Amino acid sequence: QMCIRDSINAEYGTKDFVNNMETAIGIKLKDAVLIAVNTDCFRSIVKLNDADKIKELDRTKILAAVGEHGDREAFCEYIQKNVSLYAIRNNLALSTQGAANFTRHELAHALRSGPYNVNLLLGGVDEDGPSLYFMDYLASLNKLNFAVHGYSSNFILSTLDKYYKEGLSVEEGFHLLRLCINELKKRFLVRNVAFLVKVVTVAGVSVTTLNVEDVQV
Amino acid sequence: MSSRYDRAITVFSPDGHLFQVEYALEAVRKGATAVAVRGKDVIVLGVEKKSVVSLQEPRTVRKILKLDDHICLAFAGLTADARVLVNRARIECQSYKLTVEDPVSVEYISRYIAGIQQKYTQSGGVRPFGISTLIVGYDPDGTPRLYQTDPSGTYSAWKANAIGRNSKTVREFLEKAYTEGTGEETIRLAIKALLEVVETGGKTIEIAVLRKGQPLTLLDDKEIERIVKDVEAEKEKEKQQKIASGDDK
Repeated sequence: QMCIRDSINAEYGTKDFVNNMETAIGIKLKDAVLIAVNTDCFRSIVKLNDADKIKELDRTKILAAVGEHGDREAFCEYIQKNVSLYAIRNNLALSTQGAANFTRHELAHALRSGPYNVNLLLGGVDEDGPSLYFMDYLASLNKLNFAVHGYSSNFILSTLDKYYKEGLSVEEGFHLLRLCINELKKRFLVRNVAFLVKVVTVAGVSVTTLNVEDVQV
Repeated sequence: MSSRYDRAITVFSPDGHLFQVEYALEAVRKGATAVAVRGKDVIVLGVEKKSVVSLQEPRTVRKILKLDDHICLAFAGLTADARVLVNRARIECQSYKLTVEDPVSVEYISRYIAGIQQKYTQSGGVRPFGISTLIVGYDPDGTPRLYQTDPSGTYSAWKANAIGRNSKTVREFLEKAYTEGTGEETIRLAIKALLEVVETGGKTIEIAVLRKGQPLTLLDDKEIERIVKDVEAEKEKEKQQKIASGDDK
C-alpha cells in the first residue's frame, strides 16, 4: 500500500546521469556503521557549505544520499516517513534489510517514470548486528562491508580494500576514514572542506564533523 | 414510516433524520465502554476489556491505538471500521509531517477523521463508520487535548468523556466528579469512572497513560489492581460515613 508519492518533473534543469562530484563513504564496524558524506553541495555556479546529506530514519538506521539536491531531500524524507508509518502500524520497527529493500523498491518503481537521481548508502544496527547497504540511482542493491559513491570511489576503494578488517572498533573506523580522506586530499581534483560523519549503534546515532584540513595521517 | 427513509444514507427522512447515521450511533452504543480524562500534565484513556475467550491471544485485541508518537485513539463500536479509519489517520499523520515538517495537532487529526466519517454520510452506496472515537494527545506547544468524533462526522473538544455501553452513566459521573488534576489523580478518576459501569475487578479494564514527550504507557494489571482496591476502600469508607451520619440524625 503506497504512502504519498512526490511526482518529479525530470525535464527542466535536470540531467539524467547523476552528479559524481560528491563523496559518500560507508564502513561496517563491529557493532556500528559509520557513514561519512562531504558537506558541500553544488549545482551550476551555486554552492552550499553545510549540507546534511545523512537522514536518520529512526534510532538505529541512517540513510545517506548523494546526487541531485531536490531529489535527495524529497526521497530521503519520504523514506523516513514511511519507516515511521511502518513502526506505528505494526508496533515494531523495520529491520535494516526491510528498510533497504523498501527503499530500493521505491527507486525501482519511480525509475521508468520519474526517477530519483540519488545514490544511497543505508546503514543500520539490528539485533543480529550492523549492516550496510549500497544502492544506486538505477535501483541496484548490495549488502557490503564498505562502500563509496562518487568519483572518489576510484581513489578510496583500494585503500578500503587494503586496510578494512572485520570487527573494527569505532576509533579504528575513524582512522580508516582518515586514511581515505587523506587519499582524496592528495589526489582528488575536488577539494572537500569537511565531511559530516554519522555513526549508528544500538544506542543511537552520533554526529561528528571532520574538517579535511585537520586530517593528518 | 422510518423504514421508507432508512435504507440509503443519502436520503433524509421528513422529520430531518439521517437514519443510517442514527443506526450507526446504535452500533456504537453496543460497543465496549471507553473513557478519557484530561489532566494538567497527563491524559488517561480507559477501556472496558471485553470478556476474552480463553483461546484468544489477549494482546492482539487492542482498543487503544497509537496514531503517532504524541497522539492516541480509543474507540467504541465496530472494530473493523476502526482499523480502516485508524490506518487512514496514521498515513495522514506522516503525510502532514512530510509536507509541513511539524507533527499534527490533536485538533487537526480529529478534524481529519471526522471529515472522513462525514464523507461516508453523504456518498452513494456506502454506509457510515460504526464507531465513535476519543482522540487524545499533546499539541506541538505542549497543551494536552481530548477530542471526540462520532458517525455523523461531528467533532468537539472535551475535558473528559465516555463512549460506548453505559457511556451516559459514566459521563454523568464525570460531570459531578471532574477536576483538572495531575498525575495519579487523573488516573484514579478514570478508573473510578470506568468502575461505575464495569464489573468489579482490575482484570476487566485497561488503562493507558499519555505523558508529554513520552510514549504511551499501558498500566500493568498489578498497578490497576492496587488503584482499584484503593478506590473501593474509599467507597466503603464513604458508605460507612454516610451510614454513621445517618444514624446520628
